[in-house]
Amino acid sequence: MKAGIVSYGAYVPRYRIKPEEIGKVWGEDGAARGKGLGISSKSIPSPDEDVITIAVEAARSALLRAGIDAQDIGAIYTGSESHPYAVKPTSSVVAEAILAAPDMTAADYEFACKAGTAALQNVFGLVETGWIKYGMAIGADTSQGAPGDPLEYSASAGGAAFIAGKEKIIAKINGMYSYTTDTPDFWRREGQAYPSHGGRFTGEPAYFKHVLTAARHLMELDGTEAKDYDYVVLHQPNGKFPRRAAKKLGFTDEQLNPGLLTPRIGNTYSGAVPLGLSAVFDIAKPGDRILVTSFGSGAGSDAFDISITDEMERFNRSAGPIVEDMIADAIYVDYATYVKYRKKIRRKGDAI
Amino acid sequence: MRDVYVIGVGITRFGELWERSFRDIGIEAGIKAINDSGIAGDDIDALYIGNMSAGAFINQEHIGALIVDYVGFASSSHIPAVRVEAAGASGAIAFKEAYLSIASGMHDIAVVGGAEKMTDIGDEMANAIQGMVIDQEWETVFGATYASLQAMMARAHMEKYGTTREQLGMVSVINHRHGALNPDAQFQREIKLQTVLNSGYVAEPLRVFDMAPLSDGAASLVLASGDVAKKYTDNPVKVKGIGQASDTISLHDRREICTMDATVHAAKRAYERAGAKPADIDVAEVYDSSTIAEIIAIEDLGFFDKGQGGKAVEDERIALTGEIPVNTSGGLKARGHPVGATGVAQIVEIVKQLRGEADKRQVKDARLGLAHAVGGSGATAVVSILEGSQ
Repeated sequence: MKAGIVSYGAYVPRYRIKPEEIGKVWGEDGAARGKGLGISSKSIPSPDEDVITIAVEAARSALLRAGIDAQDIGAIYTGSESHPYAVKPTSSVVAEAILAAPDMTAADYEFACKAGTAALQNVFGLVETGWIKYGMAIGADTSQGAPGDPLEYSASAGGAAFIAGKEKIIAKINGMYSYTTDTPDFWRREGQAYPSHGGRFTGEPAYFKHVLTAARHLMELDGTEAKDYDYVVLHQPNGKFPRRAAKKLGFTDEQLNPGLLTPRIGNTYSGAVPLGLSAVFDIAKPGDRILVTSFGSGAGSDAFDISITDEMERFNRSAGPIVEDMIADAIYVDYATYVKYRKKIRRKGDAI
Repeated sequence: MRDVYVIGVGITRFGELWERSFRDIGIEAGIKAINDSGIAGDDIDALYIGNMSAGAFINQEHIGALIVDYVGFASSSHIPAVRVEAAGASGAIAFKEAYLSIASGMHDIAVVGGAEKMTDIGDEMANAIQGMVIDQEWETVFGATYASLQAMMARAHMEKYGTTREQLGMVSVINHRHGALNPDAQFQREIKLQTVLNSGYVAEPLRVFDMAPLSDGAASLVLASGDVAKKYTDNPVKVKGIGQASDTISLHDRREICTMDATVHAAKRAYERAGAKPADIDVAEVYDSSTIAEIIAIEDLGFFDKGQGGKAVEDERIALTGEIPVNTSGGLKARGHPVGATGVAQIVEIVKQLRGEADKRQVKDARLGLAHAVGGSGATAVVSILEGSQ
């Protein structure tokens, strides 16, 4: 029997900052910057939130909705590019927090913004081969944007978790396809606080080439066209790229909008596609078909062709918070609060 | 001195050519020019390459050797290859050196190439490399950048002559309008004045849309002596006169900053050698590394009185439809500015105009054309005047 998604959970921090507020500090027209990026606000983790807490929130929601015993989870993989520790896994902390440890395996993934979907592919594999009963894949980030860098307008925080299994599948996988090249569009070296990026090079040769190739090839493999899908969820580094990519693939705004969250919460990196897919799961009905394509700089895309099953009718969606409610529950802060929350203010005793 | 003619031109598309290498684009332009001229590879006596900073941009020096090898002449005809560096005037001086080699009788056919690959590294590093053309000890050390020096010239021009922010913006608008007609241009779309005025500051009062972009690209020319030229084409373009001049490398040492004396002197020499005056010029490619640079150039070249450049731009007297069409290729702003290629690309455009092959941007009955290249903030200038045979 094939593996599918049996549950999901999402988490978006409450705090937000608007581009106008960021632009004010850097002497830039923040409103114009925001408009250019298609972003009206971005989420900020509070001082006591990090990738681990975001992952745990999402994982707990997924567990509650599934109503399964955490001890039956045989693997937890968390994809992120802002794991709190360089050495010491996020996933083992998550496993303890949700009471899934110790009779299981865990590891952290990194592939820029697509580590979450890479984790998802791997738990499908372990479940399908029978090595584990359930596997959890998480994509979460508290992404870094250097002060004054264009990334500061978009880099945000959030994440989502998926449980893969063979019973009570709410979303089955019709097909998967990945496309990977060595394309250095965005990177952060060991020990560096902020990433570097190739400016416009992150567009055509990176995002568009990989997202469009992966999505097109999967549709070719599955013999589908854009109109066969009810929703499309694409990686969303800003509000503009996914809209252009969706249009090129033949999708309409109606198919794209429910899973396009970046305009309101910014780019949640490894959390972006998982959160977009969660927002679609929040409203999807049995029979709905979803095309999902992530993108990770460096570079690669994972594409999934997903169908919602009848099990969704019986699924306990209300056991976890829905994405739109979390987005609506926003507290806007000023830049000073933002830099304090992001720990960019050096205080007494802090390392220099 | 013998007469020298341009008998072949070639140019790549300018832009962010991420899929292509320096040698790729250099060879493409060279082969296009050789094919255009009808000569055979064995006929070439020498190669002159304009390139500013391949060492910094792509870690490759010894550019002459690289290009002569990759176009296939290193181990066959063993012709000499010379790389010329003079910042933004690199390509123009490579053209001048090739011209001299034929005029002197040393060579009969010489190929000129200009190439730069600027987008293989990040924008910040690329801008820093471009900034190496100003005085590192007396300008850069004190915080000046290439753009900030241009901004000082703009401020001074605005103060002294009443040049307006809108007039600066119109330089960009007109160059984009021309670029939209050039299939090889980096930016082939028109822009509104408001777009220029709303773009972010680079160095006040200059904004992003006042400045030439970072570009990859290459251009090439085949030059030949008069008797050789006749064998290959019935539409040769004659090199009527070239003038080159120098000024202090630092802006603050100049006699004055609303004029580039190097341009004035280079133009004077070129006009004298060509037996022409500014009013005789039908079409010109000038060095608009910034919008103020174009306004200063059209004054220094004698097209308009000093201080009247801004008004001339506002009145669109330099547009394709105006009395002296300037930068029909789109200029550095819209055609793109791969620094070492720029001086050669300007000659390519003038030759196309004088041959009547400029298509939608053709200047009617263009007979005399001028190309103007500048190195740094005005320390080097080259003015070349060419004449069509039609």
